[in-house]
Amino acid sequence: MPGLEIDGLCISIGDHDVVHAVDLQVKPGTCVGLVGASGSGKSLTALASLGLLPRAARVTAGRILLGGDETVTPGRDRTAAVRGSGIAMIFQSPRAALNPVLRVGHQVARVLRRKGQHDDLKQRCIELLGAVGLLEPDKVARLYPHELSGGMCQRIMIAMGIAVEPQILIADEPTTALDVTVQADILDLLEDLRSRTGMGMLLISHDMSVVAERCESISVMWQGAIVEVGTSATVINSPRHPFTAELVRDLAHLPETGGLPAQSSSTRPADDPAREAGG
Amino acid sequence: MALAGAGFDAGRPDDAVPADGPGRSARLRGELRRHPSLLVGGVLAAATVIVAIAGHVAPPDNPLAINPGHALAPPGPGHWFGTDQFGRDVFSRVLYGLGIDVVIGLTVAALAFAVGSAAGLVSGYLGGWIDDIVMRVVDIVMSFPPFLLALAIAVVLGNTVRNVIIAVTIAYVPYILRLTRGSVLTARGADYVLGARAVGASRSRVMTLHVLPNAVGPSVVQATLMAGWAILDVSGLSFLGVGIQPPSPELGVQVAQGAPYITSGQWWISVFPGLAIILAVLAFNFLGDYADDRLRGQGS
Repeated sequence: MPGLEIDGLCISIGDHDVVHAVDLQVKPGTCVGLVGASGSGKSLTALASLGLLPRAARVTAGRILLGGDETVTPGRDRTAAVRGSGIAMIFQSPRAALNPVLRVGHQVARVLRRKGQHDDLKQRCIELLGAVGLLEPDKVARLYPHELSGGMCQRIMIAMGIAVEPQILIADEPTTALDVTVQADILDLLEDLRSRTGMGMLLISHDMSVVAERCESISVMWQGAIVEVGTSATVINSPRHPFTAELVRDLAHLPETGGLPAQSSSTRPADDPAREAGG
Repeated sequence: MALAGAGFDAGRPDDAVPADGPGRSARLRGELRRHPSLLVGGVLAAATVIVAIAGHVAPPDNPLAINPGHALAPPGPGHWFGTDQFGRDVFSRVLYGLGIDVVIGLTVAALAFAVGSAAGLVSGYLGGWIDDIVMRVVDIVMSFPPFLLALAIAVVLGNTVRNVIIAVTIAYVPYILRLTRGSVLTARGADYVLGARAVGASRSRVMTLHVLPNAVGPSVVQATLMAGWAILDVSGLSFLGVGIQPPSPELGVQVAQGAPYITSGQWWISVFPGLAIILAVLAFNFLGDYADDRLRGQGS
């Protein structure tokens, strides 16, 4: 199967199993949501797919396939070859995720150069920054991360993530550190890029409303295991696991904020906004 | 020997464009006002360098020319700093010797910085058994006082300028290495390192482009201070007779040669070279202070 396939993944830190038998599929062009509380193993699962687990953690069972090829199995890690080109990841704190001593254009150009693109690096870099919705990309390219807002930093990070057109982009709480209006912009951007490039996206969040609005299917993680999988509509309308039910209940209690699907969750929760922004 | 610049500029993009904002001289003035240590250090360092260059390019007198007829002349109009026991002009010798010591000090600092930060980067980033081995070696080297270690190495290697530089560098490398390694351990866990790896940066790229430029700051401060210490240690070795040898007008050599005459009243032979050592060491100490202020001010 093309795309990302996680098959019975188990991760331990020391003697503790922190992720048990996680199954997850992200097909090209789709957006899969992974929801769960802090510490439920969402990020570890994502990091394992890139071979970037912290030193203390290791994969004890299961396997991860990218485009049908095994990239991670217990004791073996072939992710170095596909990182960036096959699968990339963006993070929660966009400013901290950029190197403070390098101009952002240089950081983007570095990603491009590694892919073997040498000619017209500067032009391509500016195009990319324009593609992620930055105004005056040529000017922005010459700035350092501390001179940019959080939202701009996240756009730069996204530009680096999509620079070499990976099959899969993992977005780990990409909007948590941003304010609400910027959140929507970034999510729109990711959705737009996904529909244009056909990459698959794994959107990780603890915020059910974000995932419900943007993803076709949702996996809910609780204490290191996937406890519920389904299309967004199914999961939100008829949650089976108590934790999911709790998340959905919280969603319904959100104040009236307009664009969120929470208000209409009793009818057709995820469809409308997603379709609209995807087109 | 732009040792301080090497670490920072390495990370700059090739197509760097000068930042907008106030002009160079305006920024320098503001910087001097905020950091008095830059003013003092800058003036002292400039004085040291000018004096040292003058001593090499146009010495008032040949620093090596012996003139027995004028031996032990006190400071006066003909010889501002007097003459030594061989009638050599102490002023010329101090100017010339200052140049020797400053160049040696900067060389030692640059070498210690290059070797120490590279080894600290590898050791701290890779960790594991490499780190264990490097750190045990460093522990062993650091268990000796640096001056005594340099003394022992200089005695074993023999008295040439090159060997003195090697001896002092070996004694200094561990301090830079430990410092760099510590900052590397911090930078290694930074989000931007994970971020760079997540979009595909290779290990060597991460080490040189993302970890080192963010970890090298404290070592730059240390290296600047080391240039001063190195001058002190090299002249100390020469004073003890295991460093640079007479008739070189190296400052420590001059202090040693004048020492027997202090009790008989010819103080100028030792005192002026001693003051020159103080000048050079102070200059680098103030510059190091300034570098420290700047890096602290930057936070992150």
